[in-house]
Amino acid sequence: MTTLPVEQLVYQRPEALSDVHTHYCPGCLHGVAHRLIAEVIDELGIRENTIGVAPVGCSVFCYNYFEVDFVEAAHGRAPAMATGVKRVLPDRIVFTYQGDGDLASIGLAEIMHAALRGENLTVIFINNAIYGMTGGQMAPTTLPGMKTTSSPMGRDVETSGFPIRICELLATMEGATYIARRSLHNPTEIRKAKKAIKQAFENQIHGHGFSLVELLSSCPTNWDIPPAEALKWIETQMVPVYPLGDFKVVKN
Amino acid sequence: MAAKGRIEIDAEHCKGCELCITVCPQNVIALADWFNAKGYRPAQLVDPSGECTGCAVCAVICPDAVITVYRTVTGRAPVAAPA
Amino acid sequence: MAKELLKGNVAIAEAAVRAGLEAYFGYPITPQTELLEHMSKRMPELGRAFVQAESEVAAINMVYGAASTGKRVMTSSSSPGVSLMQEGLSYIAGSEVPAVIVDVMRGGPGLGNIAPSQSDYFQMVKTAGHGDYKQIVLAPATVQEAIDLTLLAFDLADKYRTIATVLLDGNIGQLMEPAELPPMHEVRKEPPAWAVSGAKGRKKNVISSIHLQPEELETFNRKLQAKLKTIAANEVRYKEYMIEGAELIVVGFGTAGRVAQSAVKLARAQGIPVGLLRPITLWPFPEVRLSQLADEARGFLVVEMNTGQMIDDVKIAVAGQCPVEFYGRTGGVVPLPDEVFAAIARLDQATLPASRIPVLNG
Repeated sequence: MTTLPVEQLVYQRPEALSDVHTHYCPGCLHGVAHRLIAEVIDELGIRENTIGVAPVGCSVFCYNYFEVDFVEAAHGRAPAMATGVKRVLPDRIVFTYQGDGDLASIGLAEIMHAALRGENLTVIFINNAIYGMTGGQMAPTTLPGMKTTSSPMGRDVETSGFPIRICELLATMEGATYIARRSLHNPTEIRKAKKAIKQAFENQIHGHGFSLVELLSSCPTNWDIPPAEALKWIETQMVPVYPLGDFKVVKN
Repeated sequence: MAAKGRIEIDAEHCKGCELCITVCPQNVIALADWFNAKGYRPAQLVDPSGECTGCAVCAVICPDAVITVYRTVTGRAPVAAPA
Repeated sequence: MAKELLKGNVAIAEAAVRAGLEAYFGYPITPQTELLEHMSKRMPELGRAFVQAESEVAAINMVYGAASTGKRVMTSSSSPGVSLMQEGLSYIAGSEVPAVIVDVMRGGPGLGNIAPSQSDYFQMVKTAGHGDYKQIVLAPATVQEAIDLTLLAFDLADKYRTIATVLLDGNIGQLMEPAELPPMHEVRKEPPAWAVSGAKGRKKNVISSIHLQPEELETFNRKLQAKLKTIAANEVRYKEYMIEGAELIVVGFGTAGRVAQSAVKLARAQGIPVGLLRPITLWPFPEVRLSQLADEARGFLVVEMNTGQMIDDVKIAVAGQCPVEFYGRTGGVVPLPDEVFAAIARLDQATLPASRIPVLNG
């Protein structure tokens, strides 16, 4: 008997990711985050039990990109909306997907209180240090000295304060049981990010409480650099300000 | 025997962002010289010497999930010898 | 069921529970906090959802989320808190999910005070937050009506996939009256076809109010308006008192309507031919009936606990056929029957037909 070479499928797009063209800019890492979430949903077999909550921001249309039930929240209110859904359908998997304006600016009260209440939700937080959809304004996550359309001389900490570190804040709360920050700036980090996302969904499946994964991402268009350079910018500029790692891991 | 790999790219959904090109350790991906319906030059496998290993880092970084990756391995499944 | 002495806020809360309420989200604010407190006890007792949210903003968005599943959900607040809910109301309206809101009005504007008023009429009756929409607005004048209209609110909200608001002044929320509660309704088992619940064995459902293309959004708005037209054709409610032979019509809702009723009784005893129309639905407004009454009447007196809000709708209905006058108190002051009676008497004198004006000697 001889053995012949066999071609195996190593990777294909996940089923939970809708087969449509996305409106995201070329090289925008929202696409990677979406894909990872869809892969996790496929692997955990929860597609038919999942309800997503879409934010306002570039990812406002993310309900078009996942093959799951979705509700569209007002800006910043996704954790409150998710609380409403989860409290009446506690056996479904409810997740929010939010950018840095949505979660860390207008929605700061809602995310804090969802974590304080220990709502059994999964939050995916995309941090690209800028407001993408509205054309590149300063965000609570914008780095000191960073030029944006509403901080054209560079973010001045004297008048505009310092960036917010959501993971560190939420980790102080008893209701938060899995808080992690990962990055999407290279394949190795992306693989780690997927593991964290999976853990965050499993956290909810097992009823352990509130989980959030912050993903350092890029905005090539508003950072005004090509996508590949944007990856480097995350690594050299953002990671020092937003350290990667697990900030809270509570196993019941 | 070294694995031999192959990728297929859905050219119409590719946005030519070049992230796959940036991360490919074998440098076997390049932008096409033609435009897809959206006006992007899609990425394509350019692998005349069969360097692709099917490592899939291109698919891992692709924001549009347009890359399908295959790897050819020496099968362990026995195949009957031709009669 | 037997009558019990019930406080308005508590009666509304219990009525909602018995209507099959599955989730309540709210925030304390005077003068409706008893409603939230009653829910905080009853809902967990029944294994249903209760959250005291971090703000009214959060509360209305929790309502929006839970309402997207098709379950009966509710929030309650008072004027400043309802202002915070305007965004959420607009999203709920634009997504066509059913929800019940209770607004127990207090003195404004701004922080104002905690005394009763009717000055949220514009805010709640003219719109449901930003954009082209109207919510169904039900205005009780007694604790019994508050119970009955709470039940009706849930039925109408579900029937039309719309917002139904129970709008009452702080007086009714706080007073205690004998009233009868309904028996416990069953909660609905199956979600409606449009609701989100997990896309099991079906295409996914998306609850959203976005229509990026202007032409699409216009089409959608026309569809909403058609729905509102259906509601307006079918759901107008009002009560009349001593309307037979009335030449003067007093119009008032809630507590103002109740006070006006006493004033009308006083005026009739003095021989003034006056009657009362008390709208129950502020939207849809009983404009057809008012227009009919305007054919025969020589004057309208609108009585409100604000500086004149419903009067605009009365004027539209009367369409200039006769004078429409206003009597109101605001800032939390409740008018008394003798004040309203004096206003009726003034209107009577001012609109007497020439043949009835007494002729002086000479």
